[in-house]
Amino acid sequence: MSELDIVGPQIAILLAAGAVLVWDALLPKQRAALPWLALAGVAGAAIWTTTWVVRGDFQTAFDGTFALDQFAVFFQYVFAGITAIVIIASIDWVEREGRRQSEYYALVLTASAGLMFLAGARDLITIFLALELSSIPQYILAGWGKNQRSSEAGIKYLLLGAIASALLLYGMALLYGFSGSTLLTGIAAAIGENGAENRSLLIVATVLLIAGFGFKMAVVPFQMWVPDVYQGAPTPVAAFLSVGSKAAAFAVVMRLFFEGLGEEFLSNDWAMIFAVIAAVSMTLGNVLAIAQRDIKRMLGYSSIAQAGNFMIGLAAISIAGEHFVLGASGVLLFVAAYAFTNLGAFIAVIGISQHIGSDRIADYAGMWRRAPFLALALAFCLVSLAGIPPTAGFWAKLYVFNAGIRADLVWLVIVAVLNSVVSAYYYLAVVRQMFLGEARGEARLPVSPTVGLALGVATLGVIVFGIVPTPLVEAAREAAAIFATG
Amino acid sequence: MQLTVLVFLPAAAGLLVLLLPARHARHARWVALLGSLAALALALVLFFQFENGGGFQFVDRASWIDTGAFEIEYFLAVDGLSLPLVALTACLTVVAVLVSFSIEHRQRAYFASLMVLATAVLGVFTAMDFLLFFLFWELELFPMYLLISIWGSGRREYSAMKFVLYTVAGSAFMLVAILALAFSAGTFDMAVLGQSNIESAVLPLRWVFLFLFLGFAVKLPIVPLHTWLPDAHSDAPTAVSVMLAGVLLKMGGYAIIRTCVTILPAQANDFGIWLTAIGAISVLYGAFVTFRQTDLKRLIAYSSVSHMGLVLLGIGVLGTTAMVGAAYQMLAHGLITGMLFVVVGIMYERTHTREIGRLGGLARQMPLIATALVFAGFASVGLPALAGFIAEVTVFLGAFQKHEWAVLMAIFGVVLSAGYILWTLQRVVFGPVRQEWDGVSDQRYWWEHASVAGLAVLVILLGVYPDFLMDMLDPAIGVVSARVAT
Repeated sequence: MSELDIVGPQIAILLAAGAVLVWDALLPKQRAALPWLALAGVAGAAIWTTTWVVRGDFQTAFDGTFALDQFAVFFQYVFAGITAIVIIASIDWVEREGRRQSEYYALVLTASAGLMFLAGARDLITIFLALELSSIPQYILAGWGKNQRSSEAGIKYLLLGAIASALLLYGMALLYGFSGSTLLTGIAAAIGENGAENRSLLIVATVLLIAGFGFKMAVVPFQMWVPDVYQGAPTPVAAFLSVGSKAAAFAVVMRLFFEGLGEEFLSNDWAMIFAVIAAVSMTLGNVLAIAQRDIKRMLGYSSIAQAGNFMIGLAAISIAGEHFVLGASGVLLFVAAYAFTNLGAFIAVIGISQHIGSDRIADYAGMWRRAPFLALALAFCLVSLAGIPPTAGFWAKLYVFNAGIRADLVWLVIVAVLNSVVSAYYYLAVVRQMFLGEARGEARLPVSPTVGLALGVATLGVIVFGIVPTPLVEAAREAAAIFATG
Repeated sequence: MQLTVLVFLPAAAGLLVLLLPARHARHARWVALLGSLAALALALVLFFQFENGGGFQFVDRASWIDTGAFEIEYFLAVDGLSLPLVALTACLTVVAVLVSFSIEHRQRAYFASLMVLATAVLGVFTAMDFLLFFLFWELELFPMYLLISIWGSGRREYSAMKFVLYTVAGSAFMLVAILALAFSAGTFDMAVLGQSNIESAVLPLRWVFLFLFLGFAVKLPIVPLHTWLPDAHSDAPTAVSVMLAGVLLKMGGYAIIRTCVTILPAQANDFGIWLTAIGAISVLYGAFVTFRQTDLKRLIAYSSVSHMGLVLLGIGVLGTTAMVGAAYQMLAHGLITGMLFVVVGIMYERTHTREIGRLGGLARQMPLIATALVFAGFASVGLPALAGFIAEVTVFLGAFQKHEWAVLMAIFGVVLSAGYILWTLQRVVFGPVRQEWDGVSDQRYWWEHASVAGLAVLVILLGVYPDFLMDMLDPAIGVVSARVAT
């Protein structure tokens, strides 16, 4: 019983997923209640997590394969927030789409439960199962739209995701073969014992793991699917993919690499790989984003570049020694700030595009006159993505850069700051279009209350954490501290 | 408290302007004028309360963000170097508001931007926490971008974007240097940084110095990083040119003295001769290019490059006299160039051209404007008994013993400036009267009289009674040069 208590939040969400389906079958006339039922599940998960925080009694379950610690709690909150905002922002779109409403919410919830399992997974098999639990609903969701583009996005995501899963399994198989344990702690012990003799095998395993997770993190060279899927998938789904699966991938990579593969000789190798991937992702993502005319594709490329920014924190870890926690907490801070910011940007795009029927940046011209709230919120989110104060994105960048400098990765930080300049150009180009461009059409765009609510929450987060970042920083530090002692 | 009030008074006035109901939009200028006058009055009070040689005064500090890994403070203070610049900013803000009195287009947004700009610049001059300094430095970009791109002329959006990108690229390097410095010294406190002997950082201190310098040199600007300046000036509205030439360029010179030289004196000694050389080249190059200009505003812009070269020349010498001269040159240039832009702006409002070739014989048609232009031109050449003369002579005296060659180059530059100014005056003010400008009115509104006369009085005051500033600058600069000397 107590073990079920530990995974209570996940169970609450899965129950809600089931409840949504049953409700639709029994009360098909009351479909309007579906999203609120789903939200109740998310709220239940958040409350359950909070009871654990209050209890302060963190522990592991299922023979150590799942841990409920500060790190998992941090991500459970992040995922609950992401899921809630995505559900609220989807309401309009789902109603307009009309068909299979309950299935949509059920899939979002299932994926969300998978993400939450990932945050606490400490065992290769658990990690893999949780990853698939979150991925499969996302493949379906990507192809949810009625048009060909969406189907293409779904298929593309599925095929590439399957390849990534295969690579991941190879990597895991090598690790298991070497250590004889699927537990991260067991792997760490085996590596500590006789890892140095088997370094080449471990490097191959590490590379395979990075390749598998690189797909989910959407970093170069595993990024090809991103722009197509973001553009093709329904916008609420794209928003979910862009923050949810990316954040989960970073969570699990941190857990796996710090707890399982944290031995120094090995971590120097993978930190170097991360540093190179970070530099390439930022540069490629930003340069390609400049040329984009479609705002969803632009956000797709920008998310590749942002993943590069997160990765500075990963790279900063092994070399840093005593400043270890700085890099790890930097990743957490960045993930949280990015989640709010990118969701806000996507929701604003939902709000605008569903009325003008276009995702072209040129059609956003003069949006300030036609939809002041949406334009202002989108502007704030883009400014935050560019890392300009006073927004959450600025502190995240500052924190991660600081970690990079302390880890002697000056070259990487210089690449990153130069990339920030490039990114400022294309983010602000959209802002400029909205505020200075000539409006195409006079009609004011209505803002539906649900989109307004979701957008308001996300943007408020961006601004509040931009002015008072201390609580978020504290939370991230506490969550990252588990790796320092472990 | 005084400094906080002073810094945020303009921004508060700007907020008030935004809150004005639409039917009172034309009163925006009065609110802005009152706000900037109040700031000026407060700046003057501080100016007279200031105790010369008393170090940093009017301290306002509080902990802002304490992450455990680093602490960022809200820390404002002024010393003998920054207070005159604060006063200059307050003066020129009033002038900028006055010359904007005839603005008709989107008045509220215009004056709000102008006021935020003033707050940002005042913040740069008073912030003593390196990160707070950086925030104010970045804050200045937003209003400048809007002011140039909305109320500018010609290729205004191109010029505004160019201005932003140049500054952001420079400040990217600046941020790396700031983080590296703060990491090795363990604080962002500029007063502490300016007293500690930093021996090493994560990257060679030479690089830290150069990164900081790069960020500031873009702003100053030095050749070859100056190309944004003529574009920005020629497309900016008059008030923005006044602020840009008058105070924004000074942020560069101020920051080089305050941070590069004070915090890294050993590196300053190594690079001093290069700074002087770059300064001398800027003086000469700027002067030569000025000769080729046919647009009055571009002409003043290039002459600014030349005059700001003198500032860098003086700083590079690192002696008290030369650096005091450099600081004095910043103040003198702020007033004189501000006045030139005011006069050219007034002329442009009448004639709608800045082409030197189309103007001529204006002494007849607009005697007051012509007089003001001749006065400001003479001041710019460095006529004795006017502000520019004192500055130039002080720099030359301080630099002569150390770098004779640089002074000779700079004196040649001054000779050239006499050439282009007199040639321009001859073509614009004197020469045959043109029928075209017969009906054009002279300077006639009270705000035009007030801004021109106010600046002229100050230019004369600084020219005949330099001591009241010298006494303030001398001890503050003395501290800096003493650090470099040891």
